[in-house]
Amino acid sequence: MARPRSSAQDLALIATFAGFIAALGLVPAFSPFGFPVPVTIQSLGIMLTGAILGARRGASAVLLFLALVALGLPLLSGGRGGLGVFAGPSAGYLIGFPIAAAVVGWLIHRRGAPYSPVWGFFAMVVGGIAVLYSIGIPVTAWRADLSLWAAVTGSSLFVVGDLVKALIAASVAGAVFRARPDL
Amino acid sequence: MTTLGLYVPGNSPLHRMPASAKLLLLVAAAIGSLFVTGPYAALAACAFVLTLYAVARIPWRVLLVQARPIAWFGVPLLAFHVIVNGWAKAVAVVGMFVALILLAALVTLTTRVVDLTDVVVRGVRPLRRVGVDPERVGLLVALGIRAVPVMVTVAAEVRDARRARGGAGGPSAYLVPVVLRALRQADRVGEALVARGAGES
Repeated sequence: MARPRSSAQDLALIATFAGFIAALGLVPAFSPFGFPVPVTIQSLGIMLTGAILGARRGASAVLLFLALVALGLPLLSGGRGGLGVFAGPSAGYLIGFPIAAAVVGWLIHRRGAPYSPVWGFFAMVVGGIAVLYSIGIPVTAWRADLSLWAAVTGSSLFVVGDLVKALIAASVAGAVFRARPDL
Repeated sequence: MTTLGLYVPGNSPLHRMPASAKLLLLVAAAIGSLFVTGPYAALAACAFVLTLYAVARIPWRVLLVQARPIAWFGVPLLAFHVIVNGWAKAVAVVGMFVALILLAALVTLTTRVVDLTDVVVRGVRPLRRVGVDPERVGLLVALGIRAVPVMVTVAAEVRDARRARGGAGGPSAYLVPVVLRALRQADRVGEALVARGAGES
């Protein structure tokens, strides 16, 4: 899947996908129940960025996105931003984002072409759910002074939604790899 | 850039303090909060941070915008701790971290994005030894800041085009074109960088 790319193209991809992740949080796109409910698809952007750019560039794009948030741009879904979000109870998920993208990218690109949506889904679940939650949950428990069990129960509410996102991300990645075999 | 950032222009002592000093004090406060516990300390910390907001002349409206997301988890968390551990513990835990979040937000509100970027570029200089190029980091931040409005426009255009056609096709019909246009945009930016001799190393 990897064609040698120049360093300038890497920079451009990393910067553009940092913007892509931001756009997914800022442009409310879905009304899944027929009326406008803001559904955050930013975590979907994290998985997709890892899948398409691979481990190193994907994690760099996510890190750049977090750097822009830390610098004070209101880019997290719901228009949150600034240094404050890194002090909140969901800080662990933010820290886990680049690692999640790296794991998704590593798993998908290690297997190489042709892309398999089933393997893609597996990679999204491992990186975007298993790895992300295992970093996010302990931090929530620590910052919010909850028992680990309470934090696990609270987070389990989001698993179904994240499984749906992983499914969508796996299928979108497939369509993108078909349209751009040069990736 | 000021329209996209959260910066509130002003001339208070907090606005004039160097960005690096503000960041160091914030880190010190975050570490300090781990050692100072108890409901009175938490309330004192909240009162102190609110005083700083007054010193920086941050409008109430802006403070409320910063505080609103805290309510989302702060209120349920407060309720949980009141029920399980009692009032004192609830105020100590939630109060301290409301104070910290508002303090971090205050650094953001009183510091220009450019000044924070400079701190980042200076801060990564020691990492040169492990292969991080500070100039590249600075260029990436600048390119990233530019990429945000570009990609927001792309996403909005794709969404509107999809709505105009009746909105059929589910999330993939929206995401696939956005990703493909992102890749094309990256190609253009990459070519522009090569043409200017940037990023070759």
